[in-house]
Amino acid sequence: MNFMEWVKQPWPWYVAGPLIGLMVPLLLLIGNKSFGVSSSLRHICAACLRGNIPFFQYDWKKEAWNLFFVSGILLGGLIAASVLNNPAPVQLNPRLVHELQGYGVGDFSGLMPQDLFNWKSLFSLRGFALTVAGGFLVGFGTRYAGGCTSGHSIMGLSTLQWPSLVATICFMTGGFIMANLLLPHIL
Amino acid sequence: METAEFRIPVLKETNTDYEVSSLDSLSQKGSNDSRSGWQYLKYLAAGIFFGIILVKSEVISWFRIQEMFRLQSFHMYGVIGSAVAVGIISVAIIKKFKIKTIYGDPVVFYSRPFSKGQIVGGLLFGFGWALTGACPGPLFAQIGAGTTVVIITLLSAIGGVWVYGWIREKLPH
Repeated sequence: MNFMEWVKQPWPWYVAGPLIGLMVPLLLLIGNKSFGVSSSLRHICAACLRGNIPFFQYDWKKEAWNLFFVSGILLGGLIAASVLNNPAPVQLNPRLVHELQGYGVGDFSGLMPQDLFNWKSLFSLRGFALTVAGGFLVGFGTRYAGGCTSGHSIMGLSTLQWPSLVATICFMTGGFIMANLLLPHIL
Repeated sequence: METAEFRIPVLKETNTDYEVSSLDSLSQKGSNDSRSGWQYLKYLAAGIFFGIILVKSEVISWFRIQEMFRLQSFHMYGVIGSAVAVGIISVAIIKKFKIKTIYGDPVVFYSRPFSKGQIVGGLLFGFGWALTGACPGPLFAQIGAGTTVVIITLLSAIGGVWVYGWIREKLPH
């Protein structure tokens, strides 16, 4: 198997995880930056919609690196899904497939369920909950918590800050409640 | 390890945003690298690298997130766990050997305070994570990978941040 074929395969956790962990020293060493993605949304507010809100009155240009970083993530997604694409479907736990089929999800070919995330579904209650309401909670929750999976769970834990451990436990608790108790009623 | 901690000062901070160090009252390092716009390209490159990892490891998959929260797969726990382990070791090495940035500055670490937001906001973000199958990084990668409707999710997330900023003073912290 040549290198390109190998890269196109889905990457196992023991390759992807350590590479994600290396983002921490990489950003520290190329410019003393803390790894964290969710603050980009705050900078966008500060740049475009600041109004009179004190939370957005700061010099977002000092954090412009973060906007370049998230633009890169978008481009990286584009490259990975085109040049490095693997056409085989995601290998999922049969129990999840069975459960989701019960909700009318039949397309398991991509990384995202096409039956749930498409432009038409936006106008259904289910699609609205998953995209609009879900997105709102991601934005509101991460800023209220002061960080996200990268800012708290990876950067915060890497620097051994106990509030980041509290935040990570709450992220997971919220996810468990939503996926197991609430989502079955939404789907 | 203990002594290494003492040798490099860890700044005690009051800014509760873990990700915006330019707001830190103790922030002493201005953006050393903001002299030229070209310097930003290295962050773009770092983002491209990160985006590729997120897609190729299937971390951006809504299905994988559902498996994680249903304890049906080890994959996501392996990714996050090994990322944290490598992060902790890297930070320890930087502290121990006082490794400097490419500009020759010492690496600065911050010790940020606890707030109730980490609990309430954390739970709310957890709800959103399970709904969208994405934390903020994967949102950008999902759009890049071709699920264009996630643009709406991203705009809604920006709306969520804005509403948080708007009612922030009324929330417990």
